[in-house]
Amino acid sequence: MAETVRDARFEVDETATGDMRLSVFGDWVLASVGKIDAGLRDVAERSLDRQMIIDLAGVERIDTAGAFVLQRTMQACGGRTDVSQFQNIPAGADLLLSRVGRSMSPCDIEPRPVNAFVLMLNRLGMGAEDAYLNAARFFTFVSLVFGALGRLALDPRRLRVVSTVHHMEEAGLNAVPIVGLMSFMIGAVVAFMGARILSQFGAEVLTVELVGIAVLREFAVLLTAILIAGRSGSAFTAAIGSMKLREEIDAMRTLGLDPNEVLILPRVLALVTMTPLLVFVAMLLGLTGGLLVIWFALDVSPSLFLSRTQDVVVLSHFWVGIIKAPVFAFAIAVIGCHQGFLVSGSAESLGQRTTLAVVQSIFTVILLDAVFAMIFLELGV
Amino acid sequence: MSAPAIEIRGLKNAFGPQVIHENLDLAIERGEVVGIVGGSGTGKSVLLRTIVGLNQRTAGSVKVFGEDPDELDGAARSALERRWGVLFQDGALFSSLTVAQNVMAPMREHLRLPRALMDDVAGLKIAMAGLPPDAGAKYPSELSGGMRKRAALARALALDPELIFLDEPTAGLDPIGAAAFDQLILDLKQSLGLTVFMVTHDLDSLHTACDRIAVLAEKRVIAIGPLDKVAQTDHPWIREYFSGPRGRLAAQAQAAQ
Repeated sequence: MAETVRDARFEVDETATGDMRLSVFGDWVLASVGKIDAGLRDVAERSLDRQMIIDLAGVERIDTAGAFVLQRTMQACGGRTDVSQFQNIPAGADLLLSRVGRSMSPCDIEPRPVNAFVLMLNRLGMGAEDAYLNAARFFTFVSLVFGALGRLALDPRRLRVVSTVHHMEEAGLNAVPIVGLMSFMIGAVVAFMGARILSQFGAEVLTVELVGIAVLREFAVLLTAILIAGRSGSAFTAAIGSMKLREEIDAMRTLGLDPNEVLILPRVLALVTMTPLLVFVAMLLGLTGGLLVIWFALDVSPSLFLSRTQDVVVLSHFWVGIIKAPVFAFAIAVIGCHQGFLVSGSAESLGQRTTLAVVQSIFTVILLDAVFAMIFLELGV
Repeated sequence: MSAPAIEIRGLKNAFGPQVIHENLDLAIERGEVVGIVGGSGTGKSVLLRTIVGLNQRTAGSVKVFGEDPDELDGAARSALERRWGVLFQDGALFSSLTVAQNVMAPMREHLRLPRALMDDVAGLKIAMAGLPPDAGAKYPSELSGGMRKRAALARALALDPELIFLDEPTAGLDPIGAAAFDQLILDLKQSLGLTVFMVTHDLDSLHTACDRIAVLAEKRVIAIGPLDKVAQTDHPWIREYFSGPRGRLAAQAQAAQ
């Protein structure tokens, strides 16, 4: 059905007076003029300061691109309008030519390129400024969240219960299977490695301590936090960011709703309350993984594992692990929401901010974990 | 060659239990500018999306240039898509490309053109859509709503389509810009034989640019024809639409010209 496109052709004659006569044939449409574009530019170069007559008698079809290259050729010669002109214009094409002639202005295609060295300095400076501004913005944001939390404490009825519960389900309950499975596998791996290496010293029985302490103090809480950062931190950024792009957050402000209260508090509270519970689940399943491996690999019966765990793994290990959970959760939720609010302009920015939210949350979680480790070391727990 | 630009028969569209269109017939000849009007929620945009194949219809047939877009395979479908351009309601420009790169995107995809010619043609389309030259290097997020619409029109016109779908093209434009837009559509129609399918609420556009008006109500096209004929149809919505205060003003403006 789509008609085939004939080639665009042209012939140039020079008259005795040195004027040029360009006869054009065939289809002058976008699909065909690409091939003769270079040739036509040569003609335009040669035609400088001469008169030009363009004869369209042989034209079968013409569209804006065809009209454009002809107008460009015509205007390049800069001839007098009483002599230089189009002849034998097909019906309808005169309007097209004049319409196109009025719109002959080259436009910028992309932002002007800058000298590479200047660009590098520019990036360095902007990066430094950004780092400073982002840190300042982030701490401002944290203080805003604390402010909103304070207002909520004074007037608990302001809590968006439905929204909070929704996020609790989304970020907490729905994360149970994946958090549990991962913790179970890590517990099993730690037990297996421990059993093999400790058996070389004849100390297989210490595997129970290894699994108990590693899972309770570090693995359960760290793995849960990393999973939460990937699952919920990124979701917070994406959700708030796309609301920002669609001006929903501006709309909230004009309606007198406080976005901090409506969007951030439910997410922060949901994550802070649910993460300790998730960590608890992770601890149980991590220990179960260890228990099963030790049972099968070392033939230590589950009851022996449990009683030994009770004897040697003191309760403080559990508290060291669980107390970190709300702190990590708070950091992840605040970073996720903050990055969401920083989304601006394009879909690409949304993607960048989401990535950044995950990277920053995981980094912050590990940094905080190191700080906790030092504190507990000093405290001797 | 003589097949109408768009031919719809017995179209039915439903989202779950909610029926949007039922037994909808519509034929648009080549070279015509047809304005689609109707109250909010009568499925004007859904009709547009159905014709260009973005919405799976429930029943009925849709033919564009005599072919059903849904029945064509890859290459034939792509050839058909090259013959139409779509201007979406809020532009739908690619946000990671500049305006000029947006206009060049369909050229890059479908044609092999020298870079210099593509730049030139992009500049031409951008100027024809009424944008200043420096807008070419800007990203969509740096433009105002009206400028985004013009940029989107430039992209819709990039391949010199035979048929162009416009979804509320003049909404969000100032009256001068809207009038220039109507004039541009008229020019293109006269010079290129462009067929235009225009969903619009702009009564001035209906008066200036449209050859025929199709009114969507009660899940189908209840009236189609030249504006003055349609305006006389005895239907409560049509009467209210054309003889309301805005309708009268637009008619007076047209009569004064």
